[in-house]
Amino acid sequence: MSRADVREVTLVEAVNMALAWEMAQDESVIVLGEDVATNGGVFRATVGLRERFGYKRVMDTPLAENLIAGTAIGMATQGLKPVAEFQFMGFIYAGMEQIISHAARMRNRTRGRLHCQIVYRAPFGGGIHAPEHHSESTEALFAHIPGLRVVVPSSPQRAYGLLLAAIRNPDPVLFLEPKRIYRAVTQSVVNNGESLPLDTCYTLREGDDVTLVTWGACVMETLQAADTLAQQGVLAEVIDVATVSPLDRETLLCSVAKTGRAVIVHEACRNGGVGAEIAASIAEGAFLDLQAPVVRVTGYDTIMPYYRNEQAYLPQVQDIVEAVEQVIAL
Amino acid sequence: MKQRQEFHVDSARYLDEQGRPLDDLPAQANDVERILSAYRNTVLARTFDAKAIALQRTGKCGTYPSVLGHEVIGTAIGQSLAPSDVFVPYYRDQAAHILRGVALCDMLLYWGGDERGSAWQNCPQDLPIAVPIATQCCHAVGVASAMKIRGEDRAVVCCVGDGGTSKGDFLESINLAGAWHLPVVFVVINNQWAISTPRNLQSGAETLAQKAISAGLPGHIVDGNDYFASIEAMDTALERARGGKGATIIEAVTYRLGDHTTADDATRYRTAEALKKAWEADGIKRLQSYLHHSGLWAADKEQALQAECKAAVDSAVAEYLATEPEPHTAMVDYLFESLPASLQEQRERIVRKSATGADGSAL
Repeated sequence: MSRADVREVTLVEAVNMALAWEMAQDESVIVLGEDVATNGGVFRATVGLRERFGYKRVMDTPLAENLIAGTAIGMATQGLKPVAEFQFMGFIYAGMEQIISHAARMRNRTRGRLHCQIVYRAPFGGGIHAPEHHSESTEALFAHIPGLRVVVPSSPQRAYGLLLAAIRNPDPVLFLEPKRIYRAVTQSVVNNGESLPLDTCYTLREGDDVTLVTWGACVMETLQAADTLAQQGVLAEVIDVATVSPLDRETLLCSVAKTGRAVIVHEACRNGGVGAEIAASIAEGAFLDLQAPVVRVTGYDTIMPYYRNEQAYLPQVQDIVEAVEQVIAL
Repeated sequence: MKQRQEFHVDSARYLDEQGRPLDDLPAQANDVERILSAYRNTVLARTFDAKAIALQRTGKCGTYPSVLGHEVIGTAIGQSLAPSDVFVPYYRDQAAHILRGVALCDMLLYWGGDERGSAWQNCPQDLPIAVPIATQCCHAVGVASAMKIRGEDRAVVCCVGDGGTSKGDFLESINLAGAWHLPVVFVVINNQWAISTPRNLQSGAETLAQKAISAGLPGHIVDGNDYFASIEAMDTALERARGGKGATIIEAVTYRLGDHTTADDATRYRTAEALKKAWEADGIKRLQSYLHHSGLWAADKEQALQAECKAAVDSAVAEYLATEPEPHTAMVDYLFESLPASLQEQRERIVRKSATGADGSAL
């Protein structure tokens, strides 16, 4: 392996690297969306792809999210592997009918005759001073949909490996990119085309006292909280869910069986959130292991505030620490 | 004021209501075998339709949308498509499906509530029927995009009802078809009704074909009950698409002679007089009359055809009724290519319930 194969990249650069790798290996992989070609995407996730692979494989679409979602479905039924970008998750709703009623159902509807090997990419979450409709975390809306995978990377390495896995996965994947950490850190990523497994949680840090469950940008605060707790002598196990749906319950339950306590952290609203599903799974599968109720640290059940108030909405390190102190005290 | 552009929408009809030519017939009228085959297909579709409704009325089929009145345009669509083309249907395209090789039994399975009814063997790339309105238009432009990317000389036909033209999916798709110069033919089956909403409340536009103009596409109107107008328009549009000349919109004017579905009662919103008038323009009767006038048809041939179609439908019904339900596990087995761990426990629960009859099935 040459030195050039290891790159120090941000999360968004890792997305770009994975796209470029797979497009070079597999000519059926194409990229489409608003502003993805000439402009390289508003976050530059697709920059350079048009120059390298041409307009036939990197396509600027008309401004119509429903059309982007549906066109990708037609392409997929012809054996292409479209990676379709929604500029922001807040704009994805126009495409929901296509994703839910068709992409997620094609294999089932045709009893395997046709399927939709599609990745729908969307930056999501708050924290970058964006206007309204740019900062929501509505992954729970999609986690409820049978036939659809919802994947959220939390680091450059996992963005690279999980996106490769998503593109190679024969079923539709909603790949939600936490834009708050698009450029927050750099990490050495080996650009060798190796994917990471989907449908599995990643244990980022081992501990015996409490299980912290999170995904996406909140991994940052959760790891910081684990550091703080360690200084207090509380060893937290930190689990990055990564594939929000279908959920890897086994890893979560094993961890809770070990620690006896769980705190779930997500920036989406609490009501009906993925955290509720995880808490219910723990209640069903590890109730007798629990030494305290499962606690959630989440966003509020309100509309994501405009940016002057977004930090007040987002879970903070101290919120997580206090939640852990609460469950440890029991 | 300077006039920037001028538009026109043409319309085509060749036969009067008695099946007599109104004008010189198009070149397609020289292909006698094709015409006879078309007639056979219209009769088969109508025979199938009547049986499917009867099955629903006797509790042996689910809610079913009748194709009554659409058989001619559907047949023209089916005939004009090459096997290598892709058909993107809406939910009332039985006549076209038959010509694409969809088994009658499969159509009964689909409307009878069995997903295997869309596992078509003979047209593996055709999109399945799906109930959401006009969403298939986006799939059609995706399929056509793939063909264009690969430089293929294939094309796509996408059907949508008159109500479907009010959806963003239709408008977004024709817009893309124009912008990307895609090999797709949109056929708007204007049967005058979107359930109970009449055509004049659906759009203020004088024609639905003129929506093509906004997308930079040619738009034509044909009498969808006139086989010659329909097949000429379809052949021409598909040849244009396969030849890299872009998309076309065809508004096929017809009439839904039945209810919207077996769950509907059209007498609530449609007059008997309007229906009687529509029956006078029936495309099957018109084509049959043309064949008689041309010396290509006779009573004994009609009798034989009716018997042949009845036998084919009866055979399909027997096969349908004898088809064992899928194992209940099928409801999770086709969600993903392989079963995620989180679904394994649920699959085991389905197996357990099936084994004990606790899922409501008779053991």
